[in-house]
Amino acid sequence: MADADVRRTIDAVWGIESARLIAGIARIVRDVGVAEELVNDAFVAALEQWPSTGIPDRPAAWLMATAKHRAIDRLRRSQRIDEKRISLKDDVEAGAGEVDASLDQDIRDDMLRLVFVACHPVLSLDSRVALTLRLVGGLTTEEIAGAFLVPETTIAQRIVRAKRTLSEARVPFEAPRGAELEARLPAVLEVIYLIFNEGYSATAGDDWVRPELCNDALRLGRIVAELVPQESEAHGLVALMEIQASRFKARVGSSGEPVLLLDQDRSRWDRLLVRRGLAALDRAERLGGALGPYALQAAIAACHARALTGADTDWRRIVALYDALAQLAPSPIVDLNRAVAVGMAFGPQAGLAIADSLTGERTLSTYYLLPSVRGHFFSELGRFSEARTEYARAASLTKNVRERELLLKRAAECGRDAEAETPRSTA
Amino acid sequence: MRFMMIVKASEDSEKGVMPPEQMLSDMNKYNEELVKAGVLLEADGLTPTKEGARVQFSGSKRTVIDGPFAESKELIAGYWIIQAKSLDEAVEWAKKAPNPHGDGATTNIEIRRIFELEDFAPSKAIDQARELGRELTKKK
Repeated sequence: MADADVRRTIDAVWGIESARLIAGIARIVRDVGVAEELVNDAFVAALEQWPSTGIPDRPAAWLMATAKHRAIDRLRRSQRIDEKRISLKDDVEAGAGEVDASLDQDIRDDMLRLVFVACHPVLSLDSRVALTLRLVGGLTTEEIAGAFLVPETTIAQRIVRAKRTLSEARVPFEAPRGAELEARLPAVLEVIYLIFNEGYSATAGDDWVRPELCNDALRLGRIVAELVPQESEAHGLVALMEIQASRFKARVGSSGEPVLLLDQDRSRWDRLLVRRGLAALDRAERLGGALGPYALQAAIAACHARALTGADTDWRRIVALYDALAQLAPSPIVDLNRAVAVGMAFGPQAGLAIADSLTGERTLSTYYLLPSVRGHFFSELGRFSEARTEYARAASLTKNVRERELLLKRAAECGRDAEAETPRSTA
Repeated sequence: MRFMMIVKASEDSEKGVMPPEQMLSDMNKYNEELVKAGVLLEADGLTPTKEGARVQFSGSKRTVIDGPFAESKELIAGYWIIQAKSLDEAVEWAKKAPNPHGDGATTNIEIRRIFELEDFAPSKAIDQARELGRELTKKK
């Protein structure tokens, strides 16, 4: 078999199997960094052997057995064998190295531990993101670097440092339980949503959406939701991401310019993702209890998804959902979104009143969406010269090239309208 | 990227014979694995062709042919739609599936990438297709 074919297969197997392999080995060696190295070694062994032996029928089982043997050799060398570990070795030699033969429950527990260790609070947010994509998402450092537009060495160093931090802090390979799980779940969901948003609304650069990163976040979200199926917020996050992702194609115009929600061609929304999103939201709601922040945001997104045209949107319900969200997770950003919804439900004057009340918020002082929203309300109210000033200010604040173009275009339109208005008002 | 993994029909599936218990449980387990990996978007099975029909086109003439149809190995019995990064990944997922017609059977699972709108160069026909989609959305 040609080396190139084996290489392609091995890359594909890494993509779909590496997380479970690393999780399984980490249970033995109790260190995710070491586990990843051992699994990596197993893949290198595959690369050496498979060209002559052929690709095994069950590559994952082969890799797991190989990595397990190496794990046990390593433990033996470091003279840390105790009876428990010897019994593990017996398991391997008895043929239990087959990944398929492992109990499903064990795989689930290992994956849960892997997720929580990769998102451990001892790590910085950047490190958590990189480590989660690497260990749970199966991305290569090259892919992560490409997605975040940073040099590969930066990501590689970040991952090395993160593993060292976990090791030095002696973070056990354990998942929290009960109340502690509930307390630490938001940090996991935060990492996933950050990855999604990085793809959905590229904060810098020319790309408006980098769908591959969003797909990775969706995959991670679905994995976590299946690991903690009783957690409504995990389903809420999945619902939110599925519905937002359904708008990918409608969100970018034919020349790459952004198209805002209400201007989008809804026939281009992805029906499969909308359906999946609504189903995930339904799951979150059926778990009972008050909806959390992600589920509330998903419920808002669902209002748009269910409306066949922009005019059909149930803005009053959206206002009510934003009210609930503002109570639960008060933030100026939520208030800003509420202002937009209030403007749609009750007119631009009502919306502007809320937006105006936010101009003193320090956290929004450099946030382009506040002037952008105020520009919109001013323009609706026919106050074009104020609208122009706000759009221009918004354009100066955004880092996204496409978005800046759109805002400058609006500023120019308002400028023209303002000039057209002047003679009339003086006449 | 999205891929459709297509299961072909067999004589038994065409006869409407339900798969044995073991097969159903293996299939469930596989589907669960796809779900837990976060890659399964949709999956469905199709009823035998005796419940289906073909509309045959011959020039401008249309002829309706009722099922069942012969050549069962060419017929479709079910499908999965999965999210994968490459055809290679989709192939690895398909290799993990249980033999759809039992361990002794010879069959194949066909893997096809689903077109994305981006695959098409801008053209009048594409714009019309979008326009039609828009109309359909309005009428629903």
